[in-house]
Amino acid sequence: MKNKAKEKFTKQVFSRPRSLLDVSTHYCPGCHHGIAHRILAETIDHFDLREKTIGVAPVGCAVLMYDYFDVDFVEAPHGRAPAVATGVKRAQPDRFVFTYQGDGDLAAIGTSEIIHAANRGENLTVLFINNTTYGMTGGQMAPTTMLGQKTSTSPYGRDFRNDGYPIRIAEMLATLEGTAFSARVATSTPAQIRKAKEAVKKAFDMQIRGMGFSIVEILSTCPTNWGMKPLDAQKRVLGEMSGYYPLGVYKERKQADFA
Amino acid sequence: MTPEPVGIKRELMKGNVAICAGAIAAGCRFYYGYPITPQNDIPEYLSAHLPPIGGTFLQAESEVATINYLLGTSASGKRVMTSSSGPGISLMQEGLSYMAGSELPAVIVNISRSGPGLGGIAPSQGDYFQATKCGGHGGYRMPVLAPHSVQEMYSLTMLAFDLADKYRNPVMILGDAVIGQMKEPFVPTSYVSTVPEEKPWSLTGCAGRPRRIIKSLHLKDDEIEAHNWKLHRKYMTMREEEVRSEPTHLEGAGIVIVAFGTAARVSKTAIQWARAEGLPVGMLRPVTLFPFPSREVDEAVSRADAVLVIEMNTGQMLEDVLISTRHHDKIRFLGKPCAIPTPEEILQEIRSLAGEIGVKAGNVR
Repeated sequence: MKNKAKEKFTKQVFSRPRSLLDVSTHYCPGCHHGIAHRILAETIDHFDLREKTIGVAPVGCAVLMYDYFDVDFVEAPHGRAPAVATGVKRAQPDRFVFTYQGDGDLAAIGTSEIIHAANRGENLTVLFINNTTYGMTGGQMAPTTMLGQKTSTSPYGRDFRNDGYPIRIAEMLATLEGTAFSARVATSTPAQIRKAKEAVKKAFDMQIRGMGFSIVEILSTCPTNWGMKPLDAQKRVLGEMSGYYPLGVYKERKQADFA
Repeated sequence: MTPEPVGIKRELMKGNVAICAGAIAAGCRFYYGYPITPQNDIPEYLSAHLPPIGGTFLQAESEVATINYLLGTSASGKRVMTSSSGPGISLMQEGLSYMAGSELPAVIVNISRSGPGLGGIAPSQGDYFQATKCGGHGGYRMPVLAPHSVQEMYSLTMLAFDLADKYRNPVMILGDAVIGQMKEPFVPTSYVSTVPEEKPWSLTGCAGRPRRIIKSLHLKDDEIEAHNWKLHRKYMTMREEEVRSEPTHLEGAGIVIVAFGTAARVSKTAIQWARAEGLPVGMLRPVTLFPFPSREVDEAVSRADAVLVIEMNTGQMLEDVLISTRHHDKIRFLGKPCAIPTPEEILQEIRSLAGEIGVKAGNVR
């Protein structure tokens, strides 16, 4: 009787996504990789892709992501994930293939690979985690580092006269014909997380429908290397970072070129 | 499947195209590459001939990207090949190290040119060190096959795919502009696979099985050390089982030439002429540069009065010959870093060597 009542009045509304393993991660407190991982896993589950997915891991903090996901994974050299993913997708066009890359990986050493994968309209999905620094190597300056931002290799603050300007990837890739979907989201508030999930779903959907290259840039935090408390890090994303890196959808293809 | 009877039809074919024919015969349906002289016949041929048979040809944005396309397709369990020349092969060293570390098979063709740097497009064997010692980081090895005829461009390519799958390792074919560009008749023999088709490690999506991970990162000390020893044992097995060399007139040869690829091909003519003069000359031709035929070289050197190492470089394989034997006093070297040695030059070298060591001309037929 008691159990029946429980069944009637309780409903499970939150659980670990099937695509995530029941393990703890190595990420620092306040880091957004956990949120991005969850969004990714939930979306894989949403489209029932777990058994059809091959993930491509980057070099950076997220290299160990294959320890957390219950899907097939291959590890790419630094910045080469879009090229490795190209090789996987060309060999297995009916599988779902994604890369997950940080800003050092994608926007510095891997610019050539990401631009040409996008320009070919390679039918891949990319999650791009922009936290304006090299997390794993200890907080060095990245191409995405904000002007004036102090890092371990820009101790006086990034100066455009020496280091150039922070690079806006979502906008740049949106200019390429092969890009089907390009958006920038953040995950610093519950509302932003919901929007981020919508964007990732759209990016997945582009690949499922064979529309071409899709990328979601996620403004993220690195409290450890920023030298900030997690809450202050959220404020930085919502303020300074969102100011220079505006959130939004920069490209959304409505119809495939081949249709 | 019963293999077709060995073909007796001879075809006139360019060396580079014979590589393509060998790859297609061996079931390779994926080719990625970036233009560079003198190997462009390969991507040009495959861009025309792979798509009609359901294959994939993709021109990459760089050789850095190329080798990573290979990594992805190889991880998918498919046979895949690229070709390039010195400078492009340099750009692939990063990916080759990752593929060796991740134990991924692929065939890499180097139709080498002269260097260093941009060097020149003249035929050269200057990439011997890079190929056999492996230019990427971390310490790894890969089988290196050195064809000396169009026939071998075809047959060694088929062998390369089998070795790659057998050892889950990249395999290199080291040719040069001469062997790549020359045309000669060859027999397109049937491909008979020596390895299982199934790749129980490939990434295909984890339907009905536990997930698989292909990686080269091992952060724990004991893990990376164990991995290094595992790879080492694999390379030792290659040394035990995969050495290939071709002896020519070694029996009773007072003078033995050691040469590979084009240098060996030219030497064959010189040897013919020298033997016609009654000079007892033979040759040991390494077909695998790694694993190097050290035992065979040592035996040949021990029995000969003098050994002439001929290379189209300033002496790279020479070092492996010297490591293989104690009889260093018997060894001479003829090097042509950016050109083909002529049979006349080699014959001259043989004659003066014969004079130096007092080998008398006799009846060697």
